[in-house]
Amino acid sequence: MSETGRFDTTNILVVGTGGQGVMTATEILAEAAIALGHDVKKTEVAGMAQRGGVVSSHLRFGAKVLSPQITPGTANVLLGFEAAEAMRWRHMLRPEGLVLMNTGRLVPPIVELGLYDYPDDPVAAMRAAGTQVFSFDASRIAQELGDIRLGNTVMLGAISDHLPFPAEVLEGCILKRFAHKKAALVELNQRAFAAGRAAAEAAAKAEAA
Amino acid sequence: MSIAAAIPPPPQAVRRLLMSGNEAVARAVWEAGVRVAAAYPGTPATEMLEYVATYPDIYTEWSVNEKVSLEVAFGATMAGSRSFCAMKHVGMNVASDALMTMTLTGVAAGLVIAIADDVGLSSSQNEQDSRYWGRFAHLPLLEPADSQEAHDYTLAAFELSERFEVPVILRLTTRICHVKGLVNVGERSERAVAGFTKDVNRWVMVPSGASRRLPLMFERERRLRVEAESSALNVIESGSDRRIGFITSGPAYMHVRESFPDAPVYKLGLTFPLPFDRLRRFAGECERLLVVEEVEPLIETELKAQGMTVSGKDILPLIGELSPQVLKPAVARLLGEPLSEQAQAVPMRVFPRPPTMCVACPHLGVYYTLSQLRNVTISGDIGCYTLGFGQPWNALDVCLSMGASMGMALGLDKGRSDVEKDQKIVAVIGDSTFLHMGMQGLLDIVYNRGNVTVLLLDNRAIGMTGGQDNPGSGRDIHGQEAPRVDFTTLVKALGVRAERVHVVDAYQLPVLLRLLRAETKIPEPSVIITNQPCVLIKDYHALRPYQVIEDKCTGCGNCVDVGCPAIHVTRRDRVRKASGREVDLAFVRIESAACTGCGLCLKPCAPDAIVHVETLATPIKVIRKGTELARTPQDV
Repeated sequence: MSETGRFDTTNILVVGTGGQGVMTATEILAEAAIALGHDVKKTEVAGMAQRGGVVSSHLRFGAKVLSPQITPGTANVLLGFEAAEAMRWRHMLRPEGLVLMNTGRLVPPIVELGLYDYPDDPVAAMRAAGTQVFSFDASRIAQELGDIRLGNTVMLGAISDHLPFPAEVLEGCILKRFAHKKAALVELNQRAFAAGRAAAEAAAKAEAA
Repeated sequence: MSIAAAIPPPPQAVRRLLMSGNEAVARAVWEAGVRVAAAYPGTPATEMLEYVATYPDIYTEWSVNEKVSLEVAFGATMAGSRSFCAMKHVGMNVASDALMTMTLTGVAAGLVIAIADDVGLSSSQNEQDSRYWGRFAHLPLLEPADSQEAHDYTLAAFELSERFEVPVILRLTTRICHVKGLVNVGERSERAVAGFTKDVNRWVMVPSGASRRLPLMFERERRLRVEAESSALNVIESGSDRRIGFITSGPAYMHVRESFPDAPVYKLGLTFPLPFDRLRRFAGECERLLVVEEVEPLIETELKAQGMTVSGKDILPLIGELSPQVLKPAVARLLGEPLSEQAQAVPMRVFPRPPTMCVACPHLGVYYTLSQLRNVTISGDIGCYTLGFGQPWNALDVCLSMGASMGMALGLDKGRSDVEKDQKIVAVIGDSTFLHMGMQGLLDIVYNRGNVTVLLLDNRAIGMTGGQDNPGSGRDIHGQEAPRVDFTTLVKALGVRAERVHVVDAYQLPVLLRLLRAETKIPEPSVIITNQPCVLIKDYHALRPYQVIEDKCTGCGNCVDVGCPAIHVTRRDRVRKASGREVDLAFVRIESAACTGCGLCLKPCAPDAIVHVETLATPIKVIRKGTELARTPQDV
């Protein structure tokens, strides 16, 4: 765990674009950390996030958290909801840190207009820079489960085995949010969580091979 | 549920909640027994009133602008009720006329004014430092450093406000408002309401009354300075590494504490007036002093005026947040230490992803149309529609402050050069911005016989801050039905001739273009009101989505120029026309899952390649595949 200030703090950076549920996912991660008795701070560099812009959500937890911001080079895990966005924030990661990322792409109008290029292969570019990357198509997994909005549960499933607490705690925090809703929704999120977890595990095995 | 049972229950009896600074302030406002709260939305302050509105026993309102919100809150304190007002930094520029005189009257019950500075410019037109208002208006000013302090300082501010009969400024920044942390909360304590006591010497600010109150204001400031010397809001944290003593406030304190855990720190919570005596004693305990404040050197300048030797903005930036990554190297340089060898990873190059308008946003059609006009200067305003300055529209030339589109347009008209005598002047403004500060500008255009075509984009919401209600939406802060302003009647009442006022559906591109062309030719004020709701509010109803018939798309790219994020380019090509001119082609698809069927992209599509998703069930006859040349934007 990173050592900043006097306290050992875990730094998790969740990134994506406005509307993907990045901030909600970070909020759920924060709830899980709180449930285990950690002090928590969560902050966003969101700009006008609702308008499809860049969103990066910082989560820090530990015995006591001071500054809410993760400084470059100190994130333990980078959870990327969108391929190019994961690449954009790679420098925030510790050298031995881990990227868990969706290979799904959201191409903005500025690229559609031909003014900029979308990177050819964000995963390969990050690996070439020496970063450990576990990648999977979370967008497709969510769509196959029937709703793209399940993407953030898939992503949380993916990170669940890379946290300093059991995956079940995180899953419980997700399902609590749907406790007052239809049972089918709870089950769907359970499946999305499991699928994300399996996808990250498969990616880890592929990476090791 | 077995999994949920894995989570231990909250251990402590005291309620501890994960709250943003804005939520924490709202909670404290409720706990403080506040009875009236008013605000105009603005990032990063908006959520304070939204959360206050969720608590019982408080009258809350979206006011028409910040000045009115402050006057409402002030009126309530004269009536003996604790009151609260929140705004973003630039909001106080609007409200300051009221502020500068209520410092003379003082208050009869607690009044706290939360001003949220957008340090780091996440969503604002400037980065001004609101701490100047405390000095300018001789008002005490508190700066919390996290959510817990946002809560606690709000309560302290009400206590201070009543003890000194003075409005108190609570200065927040984006890094307080939008950061979540754990907060210990309390319960509401109701307070007796004294009622309004007539007293013309106190409440009627004419020269005779104001001159009697001026000495009282300075006497109050003297007492506040004594208060600051003993205030528990100002805390010294001793440290073993005394090479530098830090004097800091607000979120910068957290960055200092994080970066220099062993240094002595003077943490200021009440930052105006400053406790000079205590600060001098602190100086004696450290080898040198560094003031770390966001963003302007206010504390630093005042300490220097006291004859103290301090560093500050000579080594720290005058712009943006003072995060650990900014502080550590600056302090290393000050101490003459080598910079940390930790190799800093360089950010990888990725395209920018600026905010854009939403799928089916009614503004898309307006800016697509404006981008077709030639010889036009477009005076813009503050809101989602400011995004019209960017790609692909490039259809907004100036933007300054709330409502400024009107006055600037008149000035562009009156100050035009001979060369520009045929230039058309168009002003673009949203419904809420018009009501906030724009309508006075339109009155000025009419009164002074300006030649301006005003596009009043009525989408029934304050879109950029999240779709809040306003007098144009017909709903109040609780979503309840409220009187709705009639824009047509309003602009006519301001003097725009009835023939020059038009209401148009923002999705009817040909009508919009025809009207704009016609009205910009007529040398008098005209107003074109668009009337389709923001896609983010419940008034908007999605329609059947569209998709592109791949074989019919000629790659003309006209639909891409609408700027809708649901349109994606699948393939690019370059062909040579018969004339020899090279043309770039962009073949498209529509993300039907995102499309809400507004139909804006249909109009520019010559080959009718865009159809409702369902229609595609029938087989499509391939008419022209790849061979026929596209209609290019230049051909329009």
